[in-house]
Amino acid sequence: MITLAHVYIVGGLFFAAVSILSLRDGANPRRVRNFAFWGLLAVSFLAGQFLGDLGNGVLVLGLVALAALGLGQGRPETTSPEQRRASAERRGNLLFLPALIIPAVALAGTMAAKQTQWGPLLIDPAQATLVSLVLGVLIALGVLMLWLRPPLVAPLQEGRRLLDSVGWAVILPQMLASLGAVFLAAGVGEQVGAVFAQYIPLDSRTVAVAAYCIGMALFTIIMGNAFAAFPVMTAAVGLPFVVGEFGGDPARVCAIGMLAGFCGTLMTPMAANFNVVPANLLELPDRNAALNGVIRAQIPTAIPLLLANIVLMRLLAFPA
Amino acid sequence: MLVLLGIGVVVLGFIVRANPLLVVMAAALTTGLAAAWTPEADLQSLYVAAIATIAAFGKAFNDSRYVSVVWLVLAAIGLLERAGLQERARIAIAQLRAVTVGRLLGVYFIVRQGAAALGLTSLGGHAQMVRPLVAPMAEGAAETKFGALPDRERFLIRSHAAAADNIALFFGEDIFIAIASILLIKGFLEQNGIVVEPLELSVWAMPTAIAALLIHGARLWLLDRRLKRALAPPPVAQEQGVQP
Repeated sequence: MITLAHVYIVGGLFFAAVSILSLRDGANPRRVRNFAFWGLLAVSFLAGQFLGDLGNGVLVLGLVALAALGLGQGRPETTSPEQRRASAERRGNLLFLPALIIPAVALAGTMAAKQTQWGPLLIDPAQATLVSLVLGVLIALGVLMLWLRPPLVAPLQEGRRLLDSVGWAVILPQMLASLGAVFLAAGVGEQVGAVFAQYIPLDSRTVAVAAYCIGMALFTIIMGNAFAAFPVMTAAVGLPFVVGEFGGDPARVCAIGMLAGFCGTLMTPMAANFNVVPANLLELPDRNAALNGVIRAQIPTAIPLLLANIVLMRLLAFPA
Repeated sequence: MLVLLGIGVVVLGFIVRANPLLVVMAAALTTGLAAAWTPEADLQSLYVAAIATIAAFGKAFNDSRYVSVVWLVLAAIGLLERAGLQERARIAIAQLRAVTVGRLLGVYFIVRQGAAALGLTSLGGHAQMVRPLVAPMAEGAAETKFGALPDRERFLIRSHAAAADNIALFFGEDIFIAIASILLIKGFLEQNGIVVEPLELSVWAMPTAIAALLIHGARLWLLDRRLKRALAPPPVAQEQGVQP
């Protein structure tokens, strides 16, 4: 049976390869930092269970220090724009097909592990989707290697090219999930709950749902990042009130809550990648204004959609 | 009460644009120290609390490694890009034929949202698709219909091209199970003792995806009406054959 432990080995080997290839990339002046960052991540994946809690904590401090110093952008060998255009012309829309292997295998594997007799022999039903996802990636890679016949190192180099373009943000979601654990241990949720109980009467499902969704959007507008708003608002209002007190289903509450946060992303100049970069690229005359043309085009969709999320959560998240 | 300082650190850190990883770590340490704080606390006990917080964070980080497993997908996407995936998408988008700005952006919205829902979030984006392709095509559709565009409408159309890309991406990607936000939710809930499957989460992104499509579809219909009202040539000009 394939379990999460095997998934971590695959991930660890991938990050280890990226780390070593980074070190050998003469075009990246910060190659040693990239080597160390991806290397530490590889150690975490391959040997995290042997490091102990404090050891893992120190490893995280190392990752944070490297990220704060700044990583470089590797320049792996890849195809030229002309070669890509020629390949796109030659291969046509078939190119879209292999990408569908990943979601298809992830879905089929999850179904098989949960609903067939033989599935659990192959895939750990407790982590069916993650295991199936990695199987999907490996199958897609196999198909692509046979079809495209690139150099053997190409999937690692292309993976490194894209990983470097994401940079340290690769571990931000994992860091924010871990912050949730510290919040829980310190009782942040209960404390915020006490504050809320003093000032806002969260005495019905509708009020609690609205407070959570609007809070997600507002915090996202302030911080420019729904991922950062999520552990804060969910520990404060989502889990203690919407789920704990009023019996909301946690999966549905959180899934819709995150999307309420995305409505905030549409309305804030703090989300520079999405709202300021395009205004610059498109040479809008008001690109430096707080509410540039892009944000003004988005607000009239974001507000009704936020209301829609409140209604959807209220209607769907309380199945009983 | 003091433990709320940690939340303040997250908010402040993101506002001043400090490195987000540094902000998260600082928030965790602040929370841990604040929880241990008493008026009698000495350096020794605060040091112990800081070490305990780092260890608790390390344990949680190790337990939620699966959140970062999503990036394995990049190896496959990278190989496809190497073979011209983005170029192919550009060719496909360039072949779109639509009579109005609203319809063109509507079709692009559906394509972008559908691709994101299947995990192809890189098929699109402002530098790759909007500036070189979608915005000029939308401007072109308006010019064919109304002639030369005043600046006001030109920039309005460009803004809407960027907006369509953002909204379609945000409310499509969460349907794919292996996207960072879905695994962040899974990781956060697991730290709070609640185990959910990514599939259970992504299914509940679908109602909002449909709502986004309907709401933004209506907005694009209104955009067409607005452009028509502002730009439709008066009947006299039409007779004189201003347009080729």
